[in-house]
Amino acid sequence: MAIKRRSFLKLTGLTLLGSTLSTIIGNLLTRGEVKAKGYTQSPEALVGKRWVMVIDVKKCKEGRSTCGAKCIEACHTLHNVPLISDIKKEIKWIWEDTFEHAFPEQTEKYLEELFHGTPFLLLCNHCDNPPCVRVCPTKATFKNEEGIVMMDFHRCIGCRFCMAACPFGARSFNWFDPRPYIKKVNPEYPTRMKGVVEKCLFCYERLAQGKLPVCVEACPEKALIFGDLADENSEVNKILRERVALRRKAELGTKPSVFYLMS
Amino acid sequence: MYNTGKVMFFIIVLIIFFTIPVWLNWGRLEAVPQPELPKEEKKCIESKEYMRAYHMKLLDDWRKKAIRENQRIYEASDNEKYTISLQRTCMKCHNNKEKFCDRCHNFVITHPDCWGCHIAPEVAQKWQ
Amino acid sequence: MLEKALVGSKKYWIWVLFLLSIIFIGFLCYLYQFKVGLGITGMSRDVSWGFYIANFTFLVGVAASAVMVVLPYYWHDYKEFGRITILGEFLAVAAVTMCILFVFVDLGQPMRVLNVLRFLSPRSIMFYDVIVLSVYLLLNLLCGWTVLHAEYKGTKYPSWLKPFIYLAIIWAPSIHIVTAFLYQGLPGRHYWLTAIMAPKFLASAFSSGPALIVIVALLLKKVANFDPGKKAMETLSKIVIYAFILFVLFYLFEIFTAFYSGIHTHQVSFKYLFVGMEKHAEWAPFMWAAVILAVIAILFLAIPALRKNETTLALGCIAVFFSCWLEKGAGLIVGGYTPTPFETITPYRPTLPEIGITLGVWATGFLIMTILYKIALEVKTSHELIVKYEGVLYKK
Repeated sequence: MAIKRRSFLKLTGLTLLGSTLSTIIGNLLTRGEVKAKGYTQSPEALVGKRWVMVIDVKKCKEGRSTCGAKCIEACHTLHNVPLISDIKKEIKWIWEDTFEHAFPEQTEKYLEELFHGTPFLLLCNHCDNPPCVRVCPTKATFKNEEGIVMMDFHRCIGCRFCMAACPFGARSFNWFDPRPYIKKVNPEYPTRMKGVVEKCLFCYERLAQGKLPVCVEACPEKALIFGDLADENSEVNKILRERVALRRKAELGTKPSVFYLMS
Repeated sequence: MYNTGKVMFFIIVLIIFFTIPVWLNWGRLEAVPQPELPKEEKKCIESKEYMRAYHMKLLDDWRKKAIRENQRIYEASDNEKYTISLQRTCMKCHNNKEKFCDRCHNFVITHPDCWGCHIAPEVAQKWQ
Repeated sequence: MLEKALVGSKKYWIWVLFLLSIIFIGFLCYLYQFKVGLGITGMSRDVSWGFYIANFTFLVGVAASAVMVVLPYYWHDYKEFGRITILGEFLAVAAVTMCILFVFVDLGQPMRVLNVLRFLSPRSIMFYDVIVLSVYLLLNLLCGWTVLHAEYKGTKYPSWLKPFIYLAIIWAPSIHIVTAFLYQGLPGRHYWLTAIMAPKFLASAFSSGPALIVIVALLLKKVANFDPGKKAMETLSKIVIYAFILFVLFYLFEIFTAFYSGIHTHQVSFKYLFVGMEKHAEWAPFMWAAVILAVIAILFLAIPALRKNETTLALGCIAVFFSCWLEKGAGLIVGGYTPTPFETITPYRPTLPEIGITLGVWATGFLIMTILYKIALEVKTSHELIVKYEGVLYKK
């Protein structure tokens, strides 16, 4: 019975190491066990290189008194976004705010008066140079090949570094289990779980089915225009060539993909 | 070794403590779980044996392909094509999580957190 | 050597039990948070980091500051620090452990923490922070423990350790620089977006960390008959005050840049923190307390006569410690998030469970520190004869 503490500890260490290794090897061995012939994109999918959204502020204002903010409602019901009344814990993908809040650095008397009462729709800007993607320690948020800043909710550890990095306040965190706050559920789309960050995803799941984002579709005024900026002949390209559009905090160099037509 | 008697005693107590489940269930043959298969559909996307052994690998691959690589169609080994979606593809046939997923998962005490976000059909029904 | 932590006076055990009970309360609070979610804290959509990350940042500094006692001893062969280097190294171990715990309790999905290792993301500063912190922890454990073990055996530490000691010295500043980079590279957070963040972090770390060592050393002198050496304390207190003055200067430089340039976005956070905005001034008392403590600290530590007096030295170091803690704990995080990207104010106030968890983590750190210090002091004093007779220490 001459086992020394030192050798006992060594043995324990080896055992631990061995079991970790065997798990890893086991995982590696069964990695090729997915039988797929292959994966493809769905044939009806809308394909783009850089999706952008153009918001016609004037049209939006004109229709606002009658439309009942259908874009917000459509988005939030489709994506099972919980309705939390406490503004400290609230979750929103698309919402409206005033000019001063949307463009705080542009604020001066005349502009403020000019845009008094004009709603500005705010959502994730799907920046071309997104700081949130840069800081994510697990690549849970990433930029896909169509220019959408995606969220992989399976991977998010809830460190909220992306929320610190986003200069647009576009991200929300699930401080609690969101399910009790979802009144009517859409069974076709998941909810989120507590402890992950969420935001607008430019309806990537609808694009895959050949449909436009739901907010664009829901707007009775057609104030939201969605398209591929990389496509020279797209509608968004034509509009941006002709009319004055602003992007929020363009000076930060994140290259937002949401444009606001101001005239 | 000092205090051999005491040390050995407590080691034995510990071993017995940690193996309580074995002693409590000694000699009992628990019924092997019987997940309820869909009645209308006869064929899953891959063979039954494969699905039984590797569905978690497949699902893991699915979510990577669909979310991260934008590849949303799965071409099965018999060339049949399926849309990648847990809620809109798998659970359309396997329309009861409790009777299908949970029966085995509970038996082997594994708790995948799929259902923290994805909505099981029966949960969706109750919700409305 | 571990056995030395298992025997001790009644006072030692009361202290350990006290810490354990706080850890227990903190643990209960954490279970509550684990079950319900981070919503039990005062954090919000707009102020999405709070007390946990603030303490994490502060403690990274404390950990890095160990270099201020290790470097003179090993690099410049400054013998006077011989008795306190181990205090520095073990302080670093305790501080890094607390850092890791603070990051952990701040996660929304703690069960997925290993995703950071599964999906390495070298574009994220967090990736580098994980590397530098864990390596620093290992280096300090290795160096501190091996040197102490050699002393225990009555020999000199083995020569293979030397490269590790030097590496630990070079490594120390990196942990705080990387932590500063977490903040200073974010667009749109103007309070953080400044190149002086890293030097300011280092300066406040190199004052608050050694200040803590001074306080602990003075305490140990009282309760454990440990004499750090008069000369060592003098040098250490000089380090504290020089670094602290640098820190205050760096802070003033920031205020100069913000207010002389007149750039609105650079000023608003300072305005909110010190005088308040839009009827919100939640943190002004704390910021002014930090200012007052800084003045006291400079008075007590810059005047040689006061610095040499043990009572004023202790008070000055306490002032340094809390002043730095308030600047990082209250100011840094809240200032970065307020005003929000919409130029609105969302006040942040930590909740009771949040404070409970925070205290629990601190208590864990102090427990680790207590145990390591106990071992270190027992080893150190086992080679010398000290007698306390009628309140006076006699040493062989």
